[in-house]
Amino acid sequence: MHFVVCIKQVPDTAEVKIDPETNTLVRAGVESMANPYDITAMEEALRLKEKYGARVTAISMGPPQADSVLRQALSMGADDAVLLSDRAFAGADTLATSYTLSKAIETLGNVEPVDLVLCGKQAVDGDTAQTGPGIATRLGFTQFTYVIEVERIDPDKRRLQVRRKVEGGFEVISGALPALLSVELELAAPRRASLPMLIDSLRTPVKTWDAKAIGASSALVGIKGSPTWVKAIASPQVHRAGPRWDAAEGVSAAVSAALDALFSDEEFAAGFVKGWKA
Amino acid sequence: MEEKFDAAIVGAGPAGISAACILADRGVKVIVLERGEYPGSKNMFGGVLYGRCLGRIIPDYAQKNCPIERNIVESRISYLSEQGSISFAYRDHAFFEELQNNAFTVGRAKFDRWFADQARAKGALVVCSTVVTDLLRDEAGRVIGVKTDRADGDLRAKVVLLADGVNSPLAARSGFRPEVRPGKVALAVKELIALPEEVIDERFGVSAGNGVTNEILGNVTAGMNGVAFIYTNRRSVSIGIGANLSDFARQRVRPYEMIERLKLHPAISPLIKDGKPTEYIAHWLPEGGFETVPKLFGDGFLIAGDSAMLFNALHREGSNLAMASGRLAAATILDAMEKGDFSSRTLQAYGARLEESFVLKDLKKYRRFPSFLETHKELFTTLPDGVSAALRTILTVDETPKKTSQRAAWQAMRSRTAPLRLLHLIWDAWRSIR
Repeated sequence: MHFVVCIKQVPDTAEVKIDPETNTLVRAGVESMANPYDITAMEEALRLKEKYGARVTAISMGPPQADSVLRQALSMGADDAVLLSDRAFAGADTLATSYTLSKAIETLGNVEPVDLVLCGKQAVDGDTAQTGPGIATRLGFTQFTYVIEVERIDPDKRRLQVRRKVEGGFEVISGALPALLSVELELAAPRRASLPMLIDSLRTPVKTWDAKAIGASSALVGIKGSPTWVKAIASPQVHRAGPRWDAAEGVSAAVSAALDALFSDEEFAAGFVKGWKA
Repeated sequence: MEEKFDAAIVGAGPAGISAACILADRGVKVIVLERGEYPGSKNMFGGVLYGRCLGRIIPDYAQKNCPIERNIVESRISYLSEQGSISFAYRDHAFFEELQNNAFTVGRAKFDRWFADQARAKGALVVCSTVVTDLLRDEAGRVIGVKTDRADGDLRAKVVLLADGVNSPLAARSGFRPEVRPGKVALAVKELIALPEEVIDERFGVSAGNGVTNEILGNVTAGMNGVAFIYTNRRSVSIGIGANLSDFARQRVRPYEMIERLKLHPAISPLIKDGKPTEYIAHWLPEGGFETVPKLFGDGFLIAGDSAMLFNALHREGSNLAMASGRLAAATILDAMEKGDFSSRTLQAYGARLEESFVLKDLKKYRRFPSFLETHKELFTTLPDGVSAALRTILTVDETPKKTSQRAAWQAMRSRTAPLRLLHLIWDAWRSIR
């Protein structure tokens, strides 16, 4: 079997900044990392490989520096890695991204048919959870979203059974291969690479494919292929900002001022005393 | 077959990467093992590097986009009392041009990564998120590689360079350096305070790209042997304060309270007003000086940088000595490669190289300085207020005859620090740095 894992490089920061001009994420000067959901997908692909036997190819779309997430995949045990990098890919929304990734998976499939594509449920930067389903739709693959366990694969009958998270519980469903899984973090805790694998991953050259290499139409990739238009972007209003006490005169002075203010509310004081006695 | 490297370097800081650059440049098969997620993620320093020392390793560092924050054109020393501040500042036109980048500020998270990239470009392998847990030794006790915390983590090398910093768990385990005693290290905390570039230019009186360093002494360390600083970065200022670790333990002062108090001082608060703290870090500084430098080499290994306690507290040279010692370690390893001998017989040349260089010469010169500070606590307690009160008396214009006010100033001074003690202080200070 042949498994393909899609990995996205995302900014490693809790403080995502938005460019006010273009309404897109500011990536310059921000640490990056592999999307944790995608690394979970990578781990699951490796576990399935160990159980059923398969070849695992990791792919990512991004600038040349995104090769670091593919090296991480290689260090974990991916057999091969391909970076999709082309200036024309820049500015892609989920529609263009899923098109580009599906063209790459088709290209990989021409050499060795792809049985299973594994993606993270969503990326931690955009949080859309659209790219995985987009790829499945374009490739005509069975689609399993929010997967928390792969119960079994039957390579002969070409069937797959998974447990997926649904509101209030889980659902066990089966379907035909080839399939795409979008996975939840609880599916599998990622492994730590061994030292020799880590060293090897740093030396392995990562293949780079451009739009031509995957036969992608230039009108459908990158910003040209992205009909998404961000009208406005705003931080949610923080309501009920409570009063503040300055600690310039020392913390204990500020705390006692705060307590005094709190207990000057008779209703609160009464409630507190009642609660205390109870 | 198990892979064998020529040189394994523990730690991707300035010492380790300096050595890696030089070795990889000469075709030595070198691997650097870093415990942080990326080089620079686990360390801290005030922020000043020196162009000359970096130039010895990467001559065209400025053209190679070294992430310099500001070129230092002015150095200030301030002595703070409870409310007052006595300052000395030196600025020279030379620092703008012919001595440009004599000293400059960098952020270690950015700089170390850039520096490691230079080593990678030369062919060194830099492996991150990997902790070296012990040294591999043969039956004769010679070091033949390192053990790491990863699966199949033993790695063989002809020589190991230990450059894993002051807080080295490896030091304790391998016994190559006695565990540091609290009295021989400082605990320093630092905040990065974000401010617009023009605001920093204006507050420190500099043009774009240039900056100021300010060392701060006095009773801001609450009577502990320590020092504070403010350095300008491009869009932030670094403010930090550190003191001897056993002083901290004795006085039960909390480091974050100390930095908060520093930030509220009338001489400091206008410099950082309306700034937004974006980072808070704490680290040890190996300020024990010459007396705490361990044996720097043995069969199959060398020690450089903070791991070797090579640190000049008085001249804020930690990274500088790290880079210089890393460079000299690399030169010694190159000799050993040529001879094919990695025993201490060949590696002892490293010790000699350090002795001949400014690294050990400076530490030797200042070897009494750490104990001078330890034994003259009035520098951090009564003296700042004494000097401050004296100056305030002299500068208060209220029609008091000068003779009276000068006598009052002297009285203010001697009531806090006895004249004989003051004389001792000056004499001992001079002796400690002679």
